[in-house]
Amino acid sequence: MAAASVEQIWGWLSEVPDPEIPVISLTDLGIIRGVEWQGDTVVVTVTPTYSGCPATSMINLDIEAALRGRGVEKLRLERRLSPAWTSDWVTEAGREKLRAYGIAPPIDGTAADGQLAGRIARLSGSTNLTVACPRCGSTNTEKISQFGSTPCKASYRCKDCLEPFDYFKCI
Amino acid sequence: MGAAVETVDRTAFVEWLERVGDSALILGHRVSEWCGHSPVLEEDIALANQALDLIGQCSLWLEYAAEVEGKGQTADHLAYRRDASAFRNPLLLERPNGDFGHTLMRQFLFDAFHIKLLRALKDSADVRVAEIAAKAEKEVAYHLERSADLVVRLGDGTATSHARMAAALKALWPYTGELFADDAVDRAMAEAGIAPLPSSLRAAWEATVKLVLAEATLAMPGEVWQHGVGRTGGGKQGVHSEHLGYILAEMQFLQRAYPDATW
Repeated sequence: MAAASVEQIWGWLSEVPDPEIPVISLTDLGIIRGVEWQGDTVVVTVTPTYSGCPATSMINLDIEAALRGRGVEKLRLERRLSPAWTSDWVTEAGREKLRAYGIAPPIDGTAADGQLAGRIARLSGSTNLTVACPRCGSTNTEKISQFGSTPCKASYRCKDCLEPFDYFKCI
Repeated sequence: MGAAVETVDRTAFVEWLERVGDSALILGHRVSEWCGHSPVLEEDIALANQALDLIGQCSLWLEYAAEVEGKGQTADHLAYRRDASAFRNPLLLERPNGDFGHTLMRQFLFDAFHIKLLRALKDSADVRVAEIAAKAEKEVAYHLERSADLVVRLGDGTATSHARMAAALKALWPYTGELFADDAVDRAMAEAGIAPLPSSLRAAWEATVKLVLAEATLAMPGEVWQHGVGRTGGGKQGVHSEHLGYILAEMQFLQRAYPDATW
């Protein structure tokens, strides 16, 4: 078969679901940093979300399976650490899919910065930002824990519809 | 490979990378011991996720240590095949977990140091070190916010939680000095522009700790004798407490019994 174009390969990757949050794809998540042909080899550059994310090796296997399934024979996966992944790279479409799935999408610009002085007054358990409930839209919510079901999420609770939900943390 | 690796004393550089990597590994392992044992489910999950961050960071550091060493080892070889005396983590991080408050106090005292270290390393002359630090710093910012939050809540909590946090602080404080003790390896790294001198991070660390302890209604300890500082050195020089051996016995068992086992 004729060699696939770079655009085609991006299209195929946009159909590979994230193993942890299968409603969004790897391209929605913003972790595919490059696709290119180097001679007869397709090189896909991937950046990890969190250093210890256990999905990383699964993601590499899924990319390989998806591209081999489309007839790509020579494939190399490269890891790129810099610039470090940020939730700002989650696409608009990805954010909508997260919300529809019941996960509040990241609120850009609210990542922890470790500057405690500005936050110390709020360290009494109250949340430092308003996260809207993905089910009922209420902003009457509270943080339960900084870390949710995966490192990339925090646990919240809606005080109106009373449902717990995940918030995709800003990083 | 990073830019500075060609010119620096490799033995010292490997040693230093192991200090950073082993710190993440041993604390990550300690924190993972809480999995299934925490006071509430949310804390259990939070601790496990934090352990995961640390183990992930450890693999980035030790992978690089193995590359710089150039003897064909991997991060796994370094984690699973070295004996206690080859580990380079400070003594604070191998302290037993104690109660939940004790674990959180250890975490806070280290997080407050860790973030300052990583922030300085983002400007490292070695590109790879700067890249790993930039990645890790974002995760550690969340660790620090969480541990500081809980130190405040437990310190300024009930009489019981306050007493436990005060006891944890008293027990752990004599292990903080080692974090800032410079030795020949540190000086070589500072000279090469790879890493800051640990002592240069002290004032900023103290400022953070002071702020949080005040909010937690805990008295800042004064000058006390410090473990691992002085002629014999401590964990950073491979002189460990007996606790590390127990950690390694559990962590390394599988690879010792079945070398190169995979699944």
